[in-house]
Amino acid sequence: MTLPADIDALVRLFVVANVVLLVVLVLIYIERKVLAHIQQRLGPMRTGFHGILQTPADAIKLLIKEDLTPQSADRWVFQLAPFLVFVPIFMMFVTIPFTGELVVRNLDLGIFYLVAFSSLHVVGLLMAGWGSDNKYALLGGVRAAAQLISFELPLAFAILGVVVWSGSLNLKEIVELQTGIPFLLLQPLGVLIFLVASLAELSRTPFDIPTAESEVIGGPLVEYSGMRWSIFMLAEYASLFATAAIAAAIYLGGWEWPFAPRAGELDGWAARLAGVTWFVIKTLGLIILVFWLRGTLPRLRIDQLMGFAWKMLIPFSFINLIITAAAVVYGGVILLAGWLATGGFAYAVYIRSRR
Amino acid sequence: MSNTYLFDYSPVFLGVLLGAGLVGSLLLLARLLAPRRREALKGATYECGILPVAGHNWMQFHVRYYLFAILFLIFEVETVFMFPWAVILQTLGNTAFIEMMLFLAILTFGLAYAWKKGVLEWER
Repeated sequence: MTLPADIDALVRLFVVANVVLLVVLVLIYIERKVLAHIQQRLGPMRTGFHGILQTPADAIKLLIKEDLTPQSADRWVFQLAPFLVFVPIFMMFVTIPFTGELVVRNLDLGIFYLVAFSSLHVVGLLMAGWGSDNKYALLGGVRAAAQLISFELPLAFAILGVVVWSGSLNLKEIVELQTGIPFLLLQPLGVLIFLVASLAELSRTPFDIPTAESEVIGGPLVEYSGMRWSIFMLAEYASLFATAAIAAAIYLGGWEWPFAPRAGELDGWAARLAGVTWFVIKTLGLIILVFWLRGTLPRLRIDQLMGFAWKMLIPFSFINLIITAAAVVYGGVILLAGWLATGGFAYAVYIRSRR
Repeated sequence: MSNTYLFDYSPVFLGVLLGAGLVGSLLLLARLLAPRRREALKGATYECGILPVAGHNWMQFHVRYYLFAILFLIFEVETVFMFPWAVILQTLGNTAFIEMMLFLAILTFGLAYAWKKGVLEWER
């Protein structure tokens, strides 16, 4: 059965929208449980088996809360902000591949499109901060803008390393190039930069400076309540899911690595199931790593954060790109030599800073 | 580039509509279900418990944010140049590599200048 392309895309988008909502509910539950167990608590236990119905209950509670708009707020900006935060993040799912065929549309510009849309929600956060007419919200908004644009650069440069090596922007092609060796091993520096920068892009601890409770009491979200507030939360977890899925695709070999069923070995549905299983394992593993970091690391100060972005991550992401490009043009040996030299250099800097 | 190329991107436009529709319908649902009782203090700006100052609360913030935004713009435009370069580097080879390294060197010089000038320092 084949549908017209646009109807097919619409059906797929609708399914993806529901999957994203469901995944967000599950992720919030997992985060609370992981954090609780790191802190030797039990977490939610009362609603359903081991508190499994806690997030749906919270969602219903948020739905029937009064939705307030401050009197002095810039009404249009205030009310438009949730849309501008959520929609760009939702649009990333247009080309995020769950497996080779479980994707809304495998765009040729794939990864470039994702880089573009992953940074667009900064406009929404800035609008939320400005529109709230609140000191804390405004400070949080400009902090969010400064942080997100600063970490956007190393993120894009880390991804450029992958693009140079694979010579393609298409996510499906990038994954298929990794059937032998995942880019995790070819781009060790790139993976580190990507992980740190995307943590900051997601404003997760230790980079949750825009919404730091003890400094700006929730930042741009101070004045939001009820459903409007929960749309920001929805967007945050959806972008966490999206980023983990991208990392799984471009560094961990997506749905194929470590082994994919060869043609004829499994019939259609079993092969699909195998792909989805790999995807879920990798994505969930990365997401739990993010939760683990939140449970472990304290928040950075904003000067440490900006200094780290511009003085460490950006120069190192340049080095990453130069080494990869040189290896593509002049032969793969440069890659190995380059990573060894970079590792040695970083170690020397570390030793010097310890004195 | 054929006529059908743009149709590849139709899900992008559908995505905007569906995403906005999702947010809109959630907000509509909340509007139908949630109570709405107006009280004077509910609309007041949140100020950690004390009464807010009359008028707007937009405050001054440091010009440094603006400098970072300018620096960002320069480098972001550079990444836009680099994506097409990265895709075809394997076919272009040596020349393209050297050209882009020169471009990168100029921008790195700019970053080093900003660094030296103390733009990247938060405390001064």
